[in-house]
Amino acid sequence: MTPPAGSLLSAEQLRKAYGPTLALDGAEFSIHPGEVVAVMGPSGSGKSTLLHCLAGIVPPDSGTITYNGRELSAMNDSQRSALRRSEFGFVFQFGQLVPELTCVENVALPLRLNGTSRSEAERAALTWMERLEVDDLKKKRPGEVSGGQGQRVAVARSLVTSPRVLFADEPTGALDSLNGERVMELLTDAARSTNAAVVLVTHEARVAAYSDREIVVRDGRSRDMERVV
Amino acid sequence: MPIGHTLLGLLESGPRHGYDLKRAFDEKFGHDRPLHYGQVYSTMSRLLKNGLVVVDGIETGGGPERKRYAITDAGITDVQRWLATPEKPEPYLQSTLYTKVVLALLTHRDAADILDTQRSEHLRGMRILTDRKRKGDLADQLICDHALFHLEADLRWLELTAARLDKLREAVAR
Amino acid sequence: MSLPTRARPPAPTAGGAPRERGRPRRVAADLAMGVRFALTGGREGWTRAVLTAVGVGLGVALLLLTTAIPNALEVRHEREAARTDITFSDERLAKADDTLMVAGVDTDFRGESVRGRALEPEGPRAPLPPGVERFPAKGEMVVSPALKKLLESDSGALLRERLPDRVVGTIGEEGLIGSAELAFYRGAEGLAPHMDGGRVVRIDGYGNPNATSERSDPVLLLLILVVFVVLLMPVAVFIAAAVRFGGERRDRRLAALRLVGSDSGMTRRIAAGEALAGAALGLVFGAGFFMIGRQLAGTAEVYRISVFPSYLNPSPLLALLVAVAVPTAAVLVTLFALRGVVIEPLGVVRAGRPPRRRLWWRLLLPLAGLAMLYPMIGDGRDNGDFNQYLVTGGVVLLLVGVTALLPWIVEAVVARLGAGGVAWQLAVRRLQLSSGTAARMVNGIAVAVAGAIALQMLFAGVEDDYTQPTGQDVSLAQMEVILPDGVPVTRAADKLRDTEGVQEVYGYSEGYLGDRAREPEHGTTLTVGDCASLREIADLPSCADGDAFAVHGAEWDAGEDMTNLAAPGRKLYLDPSYEGSPKRLEVPWTVPQGVKAAKPRRGLLAGIDRGGFLITPKAMPETLVPALAGHAYLRLDESVPDVHDRVRNTAAAVDPLAAALTWAETKRTGRFDAIRTGLFVGAACVLALIGASLLVSQLEQLRERKKLLSALVAFGTRRRTLSMSVLWQTAIPIVLGLLLASAVGLTLGTVLLKMTNTPVRVDWTGVLSMTGIGAAVVLVVTLLSLPPLLRLMRPEGLRTE
Repeated sequence: MTPPAGSLLSAEQLRKAYGPTLALDGAEFSIHPGEVVAVMGPSGSGKSTLLHCLAGIVPPDSGTITYNGRELSAMNDSQRSALRRSEFGFVFQFGQLVPELTCVENVALPLRLNGTSRSEAERAALTWMERLEVDDLKKKRPGEVSGGQGQRVAVARSLVTSPRVLFADEPTGALDSLNGERVMELLTDAARSTNAAVVLVTHEARVAAYSDREIVVRDGRSRDMERVV
Repeated sequence: MPIGHTLLGLLESGPRHGYDLKRAFDEKFGHDRPLHYGQVYSTMSRLLKNGLVVVDGIETGGGPERKRYAITDAGITDVQRWLATPEKPEPYLQSTLYTKVVLALLTHRDAADILDTQRSEHLRGMRILTDRKRKGDLADQLICDHALFHLEADLRWLELTAARLDKLREAVAR
Repeated sequence: MSLPTRARPPAPTAGGAPRERGRPRRVAADLAMGVRFALTGGREGWTRAVLTAVGVGLGVALLLLTTAIPNALEVRHEREAARTDITFSDERLAKADDTLMVAGVDTDFRGESVRGRALEPEGPRAPLPPGVERFPAKGEMVVSPALKKLLESDSGALLRERLPDRVVGTIGEEGLIGSAELAFYRGAEGLAPHMDGGRVVRIDGYGNPNATSERSDPVLLLLILVVFVVLLMPVAVFIAAAVRFGGERRDRRLAALRLVGSDSGMTRRIAAGEALAGAALGLVFGAGFFMIGRQLAGTAEVYRISVFPSYLNPSPLLALLVAVAVPTAAVLVTLFALRGVVIEPLGVVRAGRPPRRRLWWRLLLPLAGLAMLYPMIGDGRDNGDFNQYLVTGGVVLLLVGVTALLPWIVEAVVARLGAGGVAWQLAVRRLQLSSGTAARMVNGIAVAVAGAIALQMLFAGVEDDYTQPTGQDVSLAQMEVILPDGVPVTRAADKLRDTEGVQEVYGYSEGYLGDRAREPEHGTTLTVGDCASLREIADLPSCADGDAFAVHGAEWDAGEDMTNLAAPGRKLYLDPSYEGSPKRLEVPWTVPQGVKAAKPRRGLLAGIDRGGFLITPKAMPETLVPALAGHAYLRLDESVPDVHDRVRNTAAAVDPLAAALTWAETKRTGRFDAIRTGLFVGAACVLALIGASLLVSQLEQLRERKKLLSALVAFGTRRRTLSMSVLWQTAIPIVLGLLLASAVGLTLGTVLLKMTNTPVRVDWTGVLSMTGIGAAVVLVVTLLSLPPLLRLMRPEGLRTE
């Protein structure tokens, strides 16, 4: 199977085992720029592993991942790290903000990792914090803000490098539905306005409803509902 | 939708013409389906008959009849009682979807496929509602949420059933 | 078969006592609950308890070992005294059936001393040396286990040449002062004629009957005292840190207890109980580690000192003190640590920002320490003893001052640290948030380094006093071989010259002349050698075999002596006798007629002037030979491997009683060496221990941040950045700690030097080497924590179990 024309990130025949457990068993995936794709499935089905492979966090045992014409699966660790720093953004369920840095420093962190100067990075960070309505938290530390606010700070951080692909793993998992919806709205709005693709791992249908289409992972195999219908 | 109680409730804030009532109803509740004037007319006559409203005055002239309705004490009591009575939870004990799944299993068709297709359809519906919610005002959001939660409940059932298909197949085959 | 009896709850009619429990019993119950939590709290509880116990155990073991050292040295001293044979006394015993001839035949092998004795029993009741079961016959020897091993090994082949006697047994423990001591007893015959009261003696029993204990020098006592305080302080700091291992997780567990209804007093007592359990377990571990360490100490030889395990018995009182003090300290430290923490049912609140640390009382501690030491300044060696309590108290307060000042300094400095790279920013921010933890981690090292710097200074300062110049000029000759009386030096010189690595041999026969046969008033030396050899030690006008010279103006001879004695025809006596000593040979010698005058020359002979008479072999009557001892001075090519041992082998082959000496410029007194050794051994152990605790807390911190680290790596943080941030995080407090330690150490060193009336001189190499060791510990800890860090940074950390 060849990757669909115009896709930004695609994967074919992904296989990945953690010890004796087979997390991915021939999964397929593709996403276009500006598209929001939900990855759904029961827990333990391999959703997160798929995301980790697509983002180049873990290399798959076999299969190919193509990003923007380059083969991700052939890159070494430092090349993949560089790609993650410059082209990808990440939001996780929790445990991602550095507790001793202030919120604005947290948001500026990815830019700083890319070598941007501190003042410039924090200026850019503040713009994104304004967009996500958390600019008043800039001097606070993550321990001093609520879960919803913290997650918005995390979204601001994931967008600050203007990534081409945003990976979100259960981004609202720790939030109530009102906060969760607001985070999803802000996240998808921001992604659409920058034409970023979003890979959204979730088991909640109402979160998945913010996507353009969904794929279902079951027993390590993926099913693209768009192509089936 | 219990139109009678809704119209009665609208009258509580003061007497209105029938046409005013229709406009107020459409504005607040009739997002999907605007009320037909005939519906208003027949409902109001039933309420008159039951003594829950009275005609406050009639304006004559061209066009439709322009009665002005006012709520009675009995009407107020009725609205009060309706609001206080909880709605009966609807059980949907025999759903079409369940029938489809069992039939698929009986005829050795792929039941998981049916479930996946249905989920996709449900999600499509949820996407439309979510989109509408994002563009709409608070009323829109609440209404869409109601529908979204119902669809989500269906989806949960779909997930659960998908996870139990093997057991169901055994039960059906027996 | 009997049914298991089950404890029944007391019947309610038994008098309502359980309801009205008194406060002490409640406290005890809470403590017991804490103990139970520590021991049965699942894997996490166990890990914490074991971690604490290992930490406390190591500390306790070190405490016990340190307190056992004085005892061990005492036992060594006793054993040494019990086997003393050569006492340099002037008493001469007559041969009897209970006498024994002993000759000291010590030697050196590759820089290690070998204690050697040649034994010749003169009757059936001759005393056996301790640890020896029967006398070895001539050609036989009994050796210490360590020497036996050495002789059997390949590297001991050279020594085997020197000690060819057949090994017929080993020396028992009671005859040795250390497990690694090299010693032998060999059989001998015909020792009696060599008897001189120094190297060859006749004894009727072992042990020194009139052994005097060395008068304790107050400065030496001060040194020992300070060494102990300096070594034990960091151990105490370390134990205090060990009982706080895993404190953050413990706090969370306590919060859960609050949720189910315990009040804050109860949680504190439960925490104290947990600490108590850890400390008690630590005592058990400590006893175990001590036993292991004791055995290890028996196999190891550190700085040439080895001991037998049985020597290392701490005094019961000190052991009891440790057993009581450690758990008490554990409880107090825990309560003190919980002081600023409010444990709420829903979590641990550190009340936002802890109150700013105050400086004044922290400064008070070291100042009080200085105040205690101040009155003793200038006392010096001669003004009697130093007050031990004031010294100990002052040093302790100064060093405790380090642990009090460091958190304040770290907080103050870190709050002002600014811009930098990402790694720097991460490290600085983390330190700003928890500067106390960081300071606690380096406290131990800072105290150890401060103490060690002070001691280094003190040592360097008083070193001159305790290092005696031997006056031996090692540039011209590096070894001297002394032959027993009567052995011709020329034959020996020829043999030595043939030894590999020997470049030049100058042989002389030497003796002492007196103006009378008994009780001489004036005297001088007589040296016999050929012209070439004599020219090495004096400026001769001309020389031919048969000449005799009198050296005038030598440093050790008063001028009149020589003019008086060197009158031709004057009768002098070689080897004169003295009152109270046995009769010597008293060989008469007449100053020859043609004696020439010569000038002294600072030359070959150990850089010392050689005065007296110099005569060539032909000018020497044969009668003098028995009263002359041969001395050969050797210039060596020291690049030849084992050249010193080759010379010793040749000397032993020439005569078993020949002594070969290696010259050194200075010689330290043995006592001083032992203290310095103790300091190095102790400092090494303490720093290793602290390094271990640093590593443990470092790893604990890292484990708690596993998720965060994985997330940071996911969004592309370089591993290098995170590793650097870990390094900064340790390095910043360490640098501050070492700076403070240097300041306090130099102050303490200055004060101690002033107390001993020694000119103050900063021993920069000491400062640099101690801070260097401290820094190295940090580097090693960071390096060791890198592999786990890299493992934690693997993306698998993102997976939720």
